[in-house]
Amino acid sequence: MEHIIAVTVENKFGVLSRVAGLFSGRGFNIESLSVAPTLDPSMSQMTIVTSGDDRIVEQIVKQLNKLIDVIKVVDLNESEFVSRETALIKVHTKAEDRAEALRIADIFRANVVDSTPSTYTIEVTGDPKKIEAIINLLQPLGIKELIRTGRVAIAREAIRPAVSQPKKVARE
Amino acid sequence: MKLTGSEIFIECLKREGVKTIFALPGGVVLKIFDMLHQQKDLEVILTRHEQGAGHMAEGYAKATGKAGVCLVTSGPGMTNVITALADAYMDSVPLVCFSGQVPTSLIGNDAFQEADNIGLSRPCTKYNFLVKDVNDLATTIKEAFYIATTGRPGPVLVDIPKDVSMAKTEFTYPSSVAIRGYNPTYEGNKWQIKQAAEAIMKAKKPILYVGGGVVFSGASKELLELAEMTQIPVDMTLMGLGAFPGEHPQSMGMLGMHGTYCANMAIHYSDLVIAVGARFDDRVTGKVSEFCPYAKVIHIDIDPTSIRKNVHVDIPIVGDCKAVLRELIQILKATVNGDQRELRKPWWDQIREWQEAHPLAYQQEPEGAIKPQHVIKRLYELTKDRDPIVSTDVGQHQMWTAQYFKLAKPNRWLTSGGLGTMGFGFPAAMGAQAAFRNRLVLCVAGDGSVQMNMQEMATAVVSKLPVKVIILNNRFHGMVRQWQDLFYEGRYASSYLDTTPDFVKLAEAYGAIGLRANSVGELDAVLKAAIETDKPVVVDVPTYPYENCYPMIPAGGCNHEMILEDPPELKKKQAGVPGTGSTEDKDTILTA
Repeated sequence: MEHIIAVTVENKFGVLSRVAGLFSGRGFNIESLSVAPTLDPSMSQMTIVTSGDDRIVEQIVKQLNKLIDVIKVVDLNESEFVSRETALIKVHTKAEDRAEALRIADIFRANVVDSTPSTYTIEVTGDPKKIEAIINLLQPLGIKELIRTGRVAIAREAIRPAVSQPKKVARE
Repeated sequence: MKLTGSEIFIECLKREGVKTIFALPGGVVLKIFDMLHQQKDLEVILTRHEQGAGHMAEGYAKATGKAGVCLVTSGPGMTNVITALADAYMDSVPLVCFSGQVPTSLIGNDAFQEADNIGLSRPCTKYNFLVKDVNDLATTIKEAFYIATTGRPGPVLVDIPKDVSMAKTEFTYPSSVAIRGYNPTYEGNKWQIKQAAEAIMKAKKPILYVGGGVVFSGASKELLELAEMTQIPVDMTLMGLGAFPGEHPQSMGMLGMHGTYCANMAIHYSDLVIAVGARFDDRVTGKVSEFCPYAKVIHIDIDPTSIRKNVHVDIPIVGDCKAVLRELIQILKATVNGDQRELRKPWWDQIREWQEAHPLAYQQEPEGAIKPQHVIKRLYELTKDRDPIVSTDVGQHQMWTAQYFKLAKPNRWLTSGGLGTMGFGFPAAMGAQAAFRNRLVLCVAGDGSVQMNMQEMATAVVSKLPVKVIILNNRFHGMVRQWQDLFYEGRYASSYLDTTPDFVKLAEAYGAIGLRANSVGELDAVLKAAIETDKPVVVDVPTYPYENCYPMIPAGGCNHEMILEDPPELKKKQAGVPGTGSTEDKDTILTA
C-alpha cells in the first residue's frame, strides 16, 4: 500500500544521501521524494512517498527514526492529510489546437506560464489523479516536455470542538 | 590560548580518557602524528595494515566496554579500515575512527589519495562527520564519542582534512552533548514490563535467549539473578557468550546454526521466549516462519528497529537491558511465590533428557590425528583458572571455540558475529592485550583466516603484546569444505590451501615464538609452554582435516531439525584418509 511519510531532518549537507541510502541499502522503494527547508532554516522537511506492507512501512519509519539527523517522522497515512503535486507541462500547439489547450487548462484551473507560437507551458497543481487526468487530455495535442515535483503533504489539523462555546451556540 | 587542530585532537582524546590508539600514518595526518609523537600518556600502537588497526580498536572495545580508537590516513588508509568499520557496525562495537582527508580546498578535485570518506563509510557506521572548520573540531569529537558509546553502540567516523589539523583556534571542550535527533530510550515502558512479568509467571516452558546487548549494557549480574530466581534455562547467541556463566547448570550454551542440541530444542518447544539484547539473526532463527512456533515472544532491545524486524513479537520493550531487567526483577520479586524449582521440574526434566541424548561430543583416538575439538577442550581446561580473554577468527574453529570454551564472565569473548570477518581474531586479541597487558589473551585461528592479517605479528612483537595464537591447521578453509562435503557432493572448489606456510618459521621470522604440537601426546605440553611465555606465540596444531562441526542446522532449516553427525557416505569416504592434512597427503585428500 502507498504511504506518505513526512520526515523532519537537520538542514545539513549529506542528510539527503543518508535518507536515500537507507532506502537503497535496505531494498525499500522511493516513489517520490521532495525536500525543502522549513520555517526554521536549520531544519528541512522531506515528503517521501513509498509503498509496502505494514511490516515494511513499520521498518521504514523505525529506521528513519534511527538516523541521527532525523528529528521527526510521521506516517501521514495514520491520519487525515492533504497532499499536492505540481506539474509543468509543455504542449505543442498548432494553430487549431491553441484554443483547445486553453480550454483544458481552464477546466483544471491550470495556468499558462509561458507561451510561444508553437507551445504553451501549463502549470497545474493538485492530487496525482488530477495531474494524470490533465496529462491524458493534453496528450493528443502532443506533450513536448513534462516535469512533476513529486508530492508534498501535510496533516489536516484536527478540529477540536471548543469546550464552552457550543452550548451557547445551541441555545441561541 | 589558541591550539592547532592536531593539538585539539589530542586534548579531546585525553578528556575522553583515551589511553591507547591504533594507527597508521600517511601524508595528510602527519601533523597529528607529529603531535602524538610528543605525548607521554597516549600510547600509539603502529599497525601494519589499517584493517588491523580497526580490529585492534574493536578488540580493545569489546574487552574494556569503552570506545576503541583508531587513526588512519586518507584514500587507501580509509578504504583499508572499512572492513573493520563494517564489522563493528554489525556487532554494535563502540569505535571512533579518525581518518585524514585532503585539504578542504582540494576536496572533490580527485586529489592525490583522496576518497569520499563520508560516502564510503556511510552504510557501515552509526554516524560520520566531515570537519570542515577547525572551530567545530572539539564539539565534533565530543559528539563522536557520545554517539559511539550510547544507545546501541557502534562505530563513528570523524574525517579531518589536512588544513583543519593545521589551523588554529581557541580550544574549549563542551561539557555536554545535545543532538535533537538522537535520544536513545534507556528505561523500558513500565506497563510492558509488567506484561512481561505476567507472561513469565504464566509460562510453563520459558527460555531466556540472550545476546551481545547484555554484555554491552553490563547486565550480566541482573541476567543471572533473573535466571536463578525464575529457574529459566538460558540460551546464548554467539555474541552473547560470557553474558551468562558457561558452566552454570542453567546454561544451555549457544543456540543457532551450530548451537547445542538442547539449546535449539529448548527454544523450538518453548512456550515463552524472553529475548534480551539479541536480534533474531538468521543464523539463530533458521527458517523464520517455523522459528519457535509454540511461543509468545518478549523482546528487550535498546534499538527499536531490531524489534519485529525478523519475527513477530508479542511484548516489545525498548530500553537498556540492564535497566529493563532490574525493573522486571523488582516486579517478579513481589509476585514470585512457591518453589520455582518445583514448578519448572517438568520443563527441566525434558531439557535434561535432550542434554543427555545429544551432548557435544567428538572422538579423540590416543594415537590418532588431533581432533580440533580436543585442542579447544584442553586449552579451556588448562587456562580457565586464569580468566583468559579469547578471540577467534571465523570458521569451524570459531564454532568449536564457541561450543567448548565455556566462558564464565562477559567481555572475555572477541569474535566477529555479524559480518563474519576472517582475519578479525588476531588483531582483536592484540587490542584486548593492549588494554590488559597482564592478562592471558588467547586467539584461536584457522590456517586460512589467520593468513588474512598475519602481518600484524610484527606489531605484536614490537609493541610487546604477548598474544597466544593457536592455529587449528587442517590446510582447508574448513567451514567451506564442510559445506562442500554436505551440499556440493564433496567437490573441494578452492577450499584446499596448498601452500600453507610453516607457521613456526613464520612466527620466528617476525621475532615471535613458534611451537608445534605434532601429536595428541605433545599437545598439553606445547599449550602449557605457550601460555607460560611472555612473548607473542604461534602454536601450530595440525588437525584431522575432515572433522566437521556439529550439530548443524542447514541454512534455512528448522531449529529442531539438526544434522548431528556426518552422513554415512561421508564417513565412508573419510575412513582411511591420512590424518594431518599435510601436503604429502594432498592427492589422497583431494581424490578421496
